[in-house]
Formats: sequence, C-alpha cells, structure tokens
Amino acid sequence: MIVARTGNEAMAEAMRQINPDVVAAYPITPATEVVQLFSKFVHDGQVDTQFVPAESEHSAISACVGASSTGARVMTSTASQGIALMHEILFIASGLRLPIVICLVNRALSSPINIHCDHSDSLASRDSGWIQIFTENTQEAYDTTIIAVKVAEAASLPAMVTTDGFIISHGMERVELVDDEAVPKFLGERKIQHSLLDVDNPKTFGALDLQDYFFEHKRSEIDAMDHVLPIIEKVQDEYGKLSGRHYPLVDEYRMDDAEVAILCMGSTGGTGKVAVERLREQGKKVGLVRCRVYRPFPKEAMVAALAKAKVVGVLDRSDTMSTLGGHLYNDARSILYDSDMRPHLKNYVYGLGGRDISIEDIESIYKELFAIQKTGKVDKDIVYFGVRGE
Amino acid sequence: MALLEIRWHGRGGQGAKTAALLFGDAAIETGKFIQAFPEYGPERMGAPVFAFNRISDQPILQHCGIKTPKIVVVLDPTLMETVNVTEGLPEDGVVLVNTQKSAQEIKAELKLTTQKVYVVDASKISKEILKRDLPNTPMLGALIKVSHLLEFEPMLESVKHRLEHKFPNRPDVVDGNIKAIKRAYEEVA
Repeated sequence: MIVARTGNEAMAEAMRQINPDVVAAYPITPATEVVQLFSKFVHDGQVDTQFVPAESEHSAISACVGASSTGARVMTSTASQGIALMHEILFIASGLRLPIVICLVNRALSSPINIHCDHSDSLASRDSGWIQIFTENTQEAYDTTIIAVKVAEAASLPAMVTTDGFIISHGMERVELVDDEAVPKFLGERKIQHSLLDVDNPKTFGALDLQDYFFEHKRSEIDAMDHVLPIIEKVQDEYGKLSGRHYPLVDEYRMDDAEVAILCMGSTGGTGKVAVERLREQGKKVGLVRCRVYRPFPKEAMVAALAKAKVVGVLDRSDTMSTLGGHLYNDARSILYDSDMRPHLKNYVYGLGGRDISIEDIESIYKELFAIQKTGKVDKDIVYFGVRGE
Repeated sequence: MALLEIRWHGRGGQGAKTAALLFGDAAIETGKFIQAFPEYGPERMGAPVFAFNRISDQPILQHCGIKTPKIVVVLDPTLMETVNVTEGLPEDGVVLVNTQKSAQEIKAELKLTTQKVYVVDASKISKEILKRDLPNTPMLGALIKVSHLLEFEPMLESVKHRLEHKFPNRPDVVDGNIKAIKRAYEEVA
C-alpha cells in the first residue's frame, strides 16, 4: 500500500505492524508523535501491546529492560535529552543482551537548548553496545524499524534506528507499506534462553560480576557485536525479498568511477545525491557514500567504498569536542590507516542544531575536494561548514 | 512532470501546515512523489509561519529547505506588509493570495512583472460556509485550479477522506470544507 506519511507516522505504523508486547515511553520533541500515535493504536485495540507511560526516559528504558528480560518484544522512542537520560540504562540493556529497539529521532543536545536535528544525541551513546542504524528518508525509517527488531533479536543486542529530527520526523513523503500480516510472519516469535518469569527455573539477572568473570562477559558482548554485520545483511536480504526494497550496509551512490566523494549519514545523503546528479551532468566524476549501519561499523564495506575515490569530504552533523573533528571523520581515518588505497580526507562539521545544508552547499564542497585532488594537499583538515566567523 | 516546489505563507493557527499535508496526501493518491513539511520556529498563534511542498513524477531525494519556489500561496494578505512573500520566486513564478483585492492590485503591490498573480477571497468563503476564518482548505481548491497539478475530483475525495478521519463525528465540518474548496476553485481569478 502506498501512503503519505511523516517519519514519525511511518515509525509508528511500523510499530503497529510489529505489535510489540511492551512499549514504555516518555514524550519528547520531536519524537513525541511516535508513541503518541502508537498509544492511539493501543487505545483502539489495533495492537495487543502493554503500554507503559513512564514518568521519565530513565524509567521508560528501565521498564523496557525489565520487560525484555521476561522474553517480551519491547520498543520505545525518544530523542536528545531523552536518550541522554537513558544513558545509564543503555549499557545495562546491552550488557544483559536484551534486544530492545528504540526509534530515535535525532535532535541536538542542550546547551544551548534547541529542538532541531543533529546527530550528537545518538553519537553520545555510540559506545553503549547498541546497534545503530541511521536512515535517510521516511521509507527507510519505516523499513529499518522492522528490520531492526529481527536483527536485534537474532544478535541478542539492542538496536536504535534514527531519523533526522523535523527534516524526516515531521516531513511527509511517499511510503510503501508491506502488508499487515507479512510483518509478524517476517519477524516470527522472539526466542530466548532464559526468562525472568520462568518461575520453575529461577535465575538471577544482573548479578554482581567482579574480577573473576566480568571481563569474560564483556568479551562475549564484544564478540556478539563482531557477528552483527552478517546478521544485518541476512535480514536485509530477507526483507528485500518481502518488500522489494534492498538495503546495503553502506549506501554507495555513483561511486564506481568517482574521483571525489562525500561521506555522510542521515537525510543529507539524499540532498547529496541530487548534488551528485547535477555535477555528473557537467561531466564531473563525483560520488557519495552514506553510512547507514553505524554501529557496528562496517569496516570492510566502508574501506572498499572510500578507497574508490582520491579525495573524500567527510560530513559530520556532530562534533567530538576533542579537537579531532566529527565522529564519522574519526572512524574513516581509523579504518583507512591500514588500507593500501588511502584517499585524502577533509572533515566538514555542518548543520548543528538543524542548520540547513543545501544542494548548492554540497556542490561547493565537491568543488573544494576537486581542488584538493589537483594540489594533492589538504590545506585544513577540519572545517566548520556554514558557521559564522569561519 | 519535473520537480515543482511550493511555499505556503500563513499565520500560526491558519492551517498552512495542514494545507500542505492535505495537498501531499492528495498528490500521493494520484501516483505522484511528494514532500510536505512545515518550517518549525517558535509556534505562536498569529505569528508568520511557512509550509512547503515538493511534487514530482520521480522520487524526490533532497531534504533541504526550499528557497526558490515556483508557486507561493499566501493565506493572509497582511503578511505581505512584513514578510517578503516573493523571495526567491522565479520569473515564471505564480503567486496566489487570499484577498478581497484584484489580481492587478496585488501584482502592483508586490511589484511583480513577469509572474502570474491569482486571487480569491478565501476568508469570505470560509466565514460564509464554515462560520470561521479558516482560509487553508479553500486556498487548496484555488491552488489546484491555477496550478493544474492534480485533478480536482480525486483531490476532493482525498481531502474528504482525510477530514473524515480527523473529524469522525463532525460531518458538518467535512462537508463545509468540501463546499469551501469547490467554491474557491470556481471563484479564483
């Protein structure tokens, strides 16, 4: 079925079709609508979900942890300060290997207070042991919400699916939905080894774990993350057969003969693709790489994509506040260290707090990248694009 | 159809965002690709607000703001005193204004030369039919008339469907809006 939906409506629609056992949530702009719409599905009897309106995000994610420990399929949604308040519990969810899925709407972190998009909120929880997938548009947000549930359960790891706040969350686009009956069939039942509510076989969850075994347990969690990428590929392949929409780990756009490229995440990927088309019409060999699966980082696929170009401009909608630039830039530099083919890299931190980036802006970045290709020198490795006083 | 961009000017509470969403919904049902999005600032009743549409036969990839809309729809004529409603309008652009004035008068006020200007008294239509000044749905009817972007009857059906969903117990609201859309479609000049 083809419908017009905003990103939030599309994610709520996916949740309706997933029909989770438990949803515990607390509202926050711009993610509020996801659970607001979902709560109406609960009220109208369209889902069987136990809906828990919590008194904070910390409580919401804590309720998710408890529910998921019983073997329930559990989801929530939040943004910005909400995911920041969840931070403590995010590590408990991943440490307990609970496949909770968060629909995360990317919004800048305070201070200064702002409600618009940047990626600093999900990237601040980068190291929490959650799978992170960044989506480009409303369709992908819908599809990836369904994909993430199956991936998380297969990997026994929690996952967050992100959309760009307001740009996608409140932007209406054409979305093709899969049939209602197909989604539960695609997901199957969640299978678990141990349930908190298995009273015949009582177990301890979240026990104290000191020098004797903590390291082994953490090592096994890292090992689980090591095995996620093939799971994502398999689930995406199955979803492709179901929906006709095939998603890669790394989205390459006109990279085959590209001399210069940009690397980015989220909705800027689409704007960048239009810039690529315009420059290709002028005969310029440009391409674009969009990082879709961010954690675990798809090192091999990313190296293969980036190594095709001679110069790559890395666009980060976040900064690490470390004097080392944005998150994606640091990942790209790290994975290319051992590569025989190492393109020049230049970091463009852009769009903090929702500042718009236009097709013309991205065209101007490509122009700079061609200049680097010509001279073979990166004059300044980290720049702050579109900010006053630069 | 190549990509076309529309900018809606309104005041908080006049339904600029709703109009853009209704237009998007109707366009989807005719097989088009669309985007509909508001510009979110401080939301206050009466403050100038913007909403936007993109429409095309091809998938729309960009997610940046709209700076050079082909069509501008002005829901409140007093906005023209404080907001540059023709900003970025190309030479072959179209301006549609809710006003009691004639198209010639508005064209002179906006100092336009090559662009087309259309007017309709959407507030009067709304006040007569809905007993309230809600110019957004009649302006949608006028937009369809002057832009030929969608067929009129399927658009009406789509709007009716959406309003029925939004106001399940208010058939008077649904019928009134449909009547207002039809009248603006006929009266725009």
